[in-house]
Amino acid sequence: MSATSPLPVRAAPGASGAGAARARRAAARMGQYLGLLCYLVFLAFPLLWLLSTSFKSPQELGRIDPTWIPEHPSLDNFREAFAAQPLARSALNSLLVAGGATLISVAVAVPAAYVLVRHRSKVGSAATGWVLVSQMFPFVLVIIPLFLLLKNFHLIDSLAGLIVVYVVWNLPFSLWMLQGYVRAVPPSLEEAAAMDGAGRLRILRSIVLPLLTPGLVATLMFSFVTAWNEFFFALVLLKSPENQTMSVILTRFLGAEGVADLGPLAAASVLAMIPSLLFFALLQRRLAGGMLAGAVKA
Amino acid sequence: MSAATVRPKAGAGAGTGTGAPPPRTPAERRRVLGLDRGAWFLLAPALLPILVLSAGPLLYAISLAFTDAHTGRTATTRFVGVDNFADLRLDSLFWESFRIGLVWAVCVTALQLLLALGLALLLNQNLRFRWLARTLALVPWAMPEVVVGIMWQLVYHQDAGILNKTLRQLGVLSGTSGNIDWLTHLSWALPAVILVGVWAGMPQTTVVLLAGLQNVPRELAEAAQLDGAGVWRRFASVTWPALKPVAVAITALNFIWNFNSFGLVYVLTQGGPGGQTRLPMLFAYEEAFKYGQFGYAAAMGVVMIAVVAVLLTLFLRKRLKEDAA
Repeated sequence: MSATSPLPVRAAPGASGAGAARARRAAARMGQYLGLLCYLVFLAFPLLWLLSTSFKSPQELGRIDPTWIPEHPSLDNFREAFAAQPLARSALNSLLVAGGATLISVAVAVPAAYVLVRHRSKVGSAATGWVLVSQMFPFVLVIIPLFLLLKNFHLIDSLAGLIVVYVVWNLPFSLWMLQGYVRAVPPSLEEAAAMDGAGRLRILRSIVLPLLTPGLVATLMFSFVTAWNEFFFALVLLKSPENQTMSVILTRFLGAEGVADLGPLAAASVLAMIPSLLFFALLQRRLAGGMLAGAVKA
Repeated sequence: MSAATVRPKAGAGAGTGTGAPPPRTPAERRRVLGLDRGAWFLLAPALLPILVLSAGPLLYAISLAFTDAHTGRTATTRFVGVDNFADLRLDSLFWESFRIGLVWAVCVTALQLLLALGLALLLNQNLRFRWLARTLALVPWAMPEVVVGIMWQLVYHQDAGILNKTLRQLGVLSGTSGNIDWLTHLSWALPAVILVGVWAGMPQTTVVLLAGLQNVPRELAEAAQLDGAGVWRRFASVTWPALKPVAVAITALNFIWNFNSFGLVYVLTQGGPGGQTRLPMLFAYEEAFKYGQFGYAAAMGVVMIAVVAVLLTLFLRKRLKEDAA
């Protein structure tokens, strides 16, 4: 039902009563738009300020009375950001780590999600339970043993080590999302294929996977964004500048005691969030559906 | 269900015609925990890393809490019983950080729920510019934590920040008083980071609540409206009961996430000024990776889980009781 279309009007006792009701509705509508405006301002103003800062010259940033619109917008900050820190290198590192971890974790999660949905078993409920319980653990408890473990394998300060951590960290959520999508695939198709003598791998490959593609893409993108944005594990595990991912490199712009070169800092931040925003824009419609699909109990 | 669909294939040749059950094939006999070998084969690549690199290490971390594990030390790690916890009990700095963590988590979670609920209800109406709010509401979710922190640093910046300037224009800050340095001010720093926490976490809650609102029975809402129920009555008796399970679930998750949050505050204040925003995670991080006290930091982690678990149990129990009543 469209709320802007006139609501079914009750048989009003008098014209004045109907008028009052209409006035009340109009006032309510006004209030709603006012509320929406407040939310828009609250959500948008920090973003606009970040953009504005990234185009300002150092002279303008040093002034005591800041303005919303940069007076002489320039791309100098972006150029300077690349000069100040190994930004391109860190973007490549982020891409490698997030891409690698995403591909591995989803490749591993698809068959597992399939089995967990199609075969009710104790393992399934234990795995789901663990996914939920593991949410409760503070990162400190996760990272200390992993740190010691990776150190034994000389994987500290290496992208491979970080990929391993991200795979494990992404797996539960990928499993969770994919289970929802697998559940939406009608089992009757698989039953028909099984009747015709198709094996389980064959069914998974030629029936489930094609139907799963949209959900698979959503899971891939979501998992990529999570890994691209991740900060804590990268901060602890990566030491040398040439290995650091974008999140960690950004904090290096902050310098000691919060003294920062604001322009390049803002510019680098804008660059760092572009891939995530892009993927989220593509994901937008699926996001709510996917989260909910995963949440619906088997 | 499809276990049944796969099984006939295995016994198809033998069990036709006769009333006797088909002979069990070796593959079937080797079912473990309700799964045959093929299923385990598909499951193992996901299960092994979770067991080896998640479940195992967590148990190991809990055991570390009872040792004097230390980085860069040549002596072997010793079992010290509950010494770490005894020390922790007297560590007033830790409990102060714990108190700050609770204030932060409760405030952020509550504000997130309220603001997200308002936004979700608005987005569920057929308003113009709804698409804009929907899109904007997703942006904080997509942004890297570090970028959110940096962005708000720019907003809060003493001289180059927009907040002081706006407050001055609105007349909240008078012309004579100096600009506030929000993030290093002893009493403003915590509220300032809480606001950032709300901004960053609201979108996800909004999306979840908005999805939950689709469960609200339309006919019931319309019937209530026709019966002349006011906005509040309609919300309290139709919308909220349908939304409540989703709201309780996301609130519980938000509380856990917020209590364990790290990156935002690390970027914004590094726990300063004077520890006013030092969340327990920041404290434990410093203890582990600045001072190398792995055992002690693990003990902190264990205390954090214990408290979160107790609080959650109380919260969920109360909700469940209310539902039963």
